[in-house]
Amino acid sequence: MFEKIVYLDNAAATRLDERVLEAMRPYLFDLYAVATSQFGYSLGVDARDALESARGRVALALGAKPEEFVFTSGDTEASNMALKGIALALGEKKGRHIVTSPLEDFPVLYSARALEKQGFRVTYLKVDETGRVDLDQLRDALTPETILLSVQAANQEIGTLQDVKAIGEIARDKGVLFHTDATHAFTRVPLDVREVGVDLVTVSAHTIHGPKGVGGLYVREGTPIRKWMDGGFQEFDLRPGVENIPGAIGFAEAVELVTPDETARLQGMRDRLIERLLKVPQTRLNGHPLYRLPHNANISFRFVEGESLLLHLDMRGFAVSTGSACFSRSLEASHVILGIGGDHERAHGSVRFTFGRFNQDEDVEAVAGALEEVVTELRRISPLGKE
Amino acid sequence: MPLPYSELVMEHFRHPHNVGRMEDADAKAMEGSPACGDMVAVYLKVDPETQRISDVSFESYGCASNIATGSIITDLAKGKTLEEAKHISWQEASDALGGLPPIKAHCSVLAVDGLRAAIQNYEERHGLVKERVPTTVEEVRRRLKHVMNPVTGLDLVRTKLVQDIEVADGKVRVVVDLPADHQFAANMREEIAEKIEPLWDVKEVVVEFTE
Repeated sequence: MFEKIVYLDNAAATRLDERVLEAMRPYLFDLYAVATSQFGYSLGVDARDALESARGRVALALGAKPEEFVFTSGDTEASNMALKGIALALGEKKGRHIVTSPLEDFPVLYSARALEKQGFRVTYLKVDETGRVDLDQLRDALTPETILLSVQAANQEIGTLQDVKAIGEIARDKGVLFHTDATHAFTRVPLDVREVGVDLVTVSAHTIHGPKGVGGLYVREGTPIRKWMDGGFQEFDLRPGVENIPGAIGFAEAVELVTPDETARLQGMRDRLIERLLKVPQTRLNGHPLYRLPHNANISFRFVEGESLLLHLDMRGFAVSTGSACFSRSLEASHVILGIGGDHERAHGSVRFTFGRFNQDEDVEAVAGALEEVVTELRRISPLGKE
Repeated sequence: MPLPYSELVMEHFRHPHNVGRMEDADAKAMEGSPACGDMVAVYLKVDPETQRISDVSFESYGCASNIATGSIITDLAKGKTLEEAKHISWQEASDALGGLPPIKAHCSVLAVDGLRAAIQNYEERHGLVKERVPTTVEEVRRRLKHVMNPVTGLDLVRTKLVQDIEVADGKVRVVVDLPADHQFAANMREEIAEKIEPLWDVKEVVVEFTE
């Protein structure tokens, strides 16, 4: 192992903050009971109070009421709950049409595909070359049969932010429920449900130095949604299963530890990295230059393949991610880069850098220097780009 | 460091042998395309008297297994006759590298195909090939033996995934016994097209899935 790893894959997972662990500890060793009703034993009543306080703290960060927030095992389950729960509630009553963006992360994308197989019709919106959805087409796509619009707050790979406020207004106007996957935007980009016409919001703790395996779904009061997974009556009878109270406490703690100052610091590192890497010949920024996650940089290097790049960086102690087909579990190139009109080559040579709390200023120059070396070496052995 | 690659693969990836463009090559070939993913170029120098490969080099735009296979296959080919080099198989290359992960088989087959294509290029340039023959079901099947099933690392024919092949009027239809929404369906469709399309009399390749 390395003395020090420069970890730049914070969109995939983050290092747990020690303060989060300390906050969770009592709920693992002392108050470990399940949340019981008010008529239960006192350990269970105390556990329930802890869960409810955590719920209130996470909900507050969204401007929501505590009873509008359902804890889940993470963003995958939350997005499944949103799409399938609404389909169950409205599929027979209102219609069988869903509108979404082609750049969504897998939980939304594959929930939509699963519903297509059950006979739902799904419209995939047009996006521009930065990944933003076309609002005029969106307006036209919403019909009286449309039961749900799902457009992410920020993209997982290229970091592009959608104009959720404008999208919410259109959805309201057309009387269509609006879900947004805010897994990567939550706490880093302002999102207040009192100001944005959104009905369902997916969030997760693993992207903000909280524990893995806990997230949740904001469900606006009065939203018709049905339970999609069978079991007990926990979480307002929407999410069965023993509550993950240590996780919920950890999530609440993690949410409160994110500050605007910290986010500004990450943004500073991101800006310097982008500026530095765009000086390398034959590179381009993927995503939007301004409307992007403060901690995300995504650059394509021509004539080199991402998995080779990633391995060489790994040998030098840097952790990054790539949209190359060789790196993906399905051997398919990034649907995001292809979806914004990029070709396979651009996806192949794309590298994502995501900053987090434990990155230091010097990481920027260190990774940029290492990349320059590796890209030069891989271009030397590449058959492309020599004429 | 827990990597899926053997020490030998990593060594060839870190310090590949026989790398670079050969300006005075007697033959060369490029396999793959930037549109589909990995690419490899192979260059040959051949002794016209003995038909032995006196020098060989490669360039790679690809992942670690592609680079490592390019390195080992050029090591294996050097000094062999064209006839001997033609028969170097992917399995031999993989064995020489201490094994490759199944999911990476398709990237490394490309380097093996690159060597064969370079030999073919030499034979064509030097009038050593017979006349062009029309594509048959057998030829399609032979080529599908170079499309790897990423689940097992074995080819589609051997893993019995090829349910049907039809060849008619320049149109080749391949039926793969997998659901269309299989994890690797899109990848296999591309790989099959990439292998069949270069045949001189093929105008269209249609890949169908059974479900």
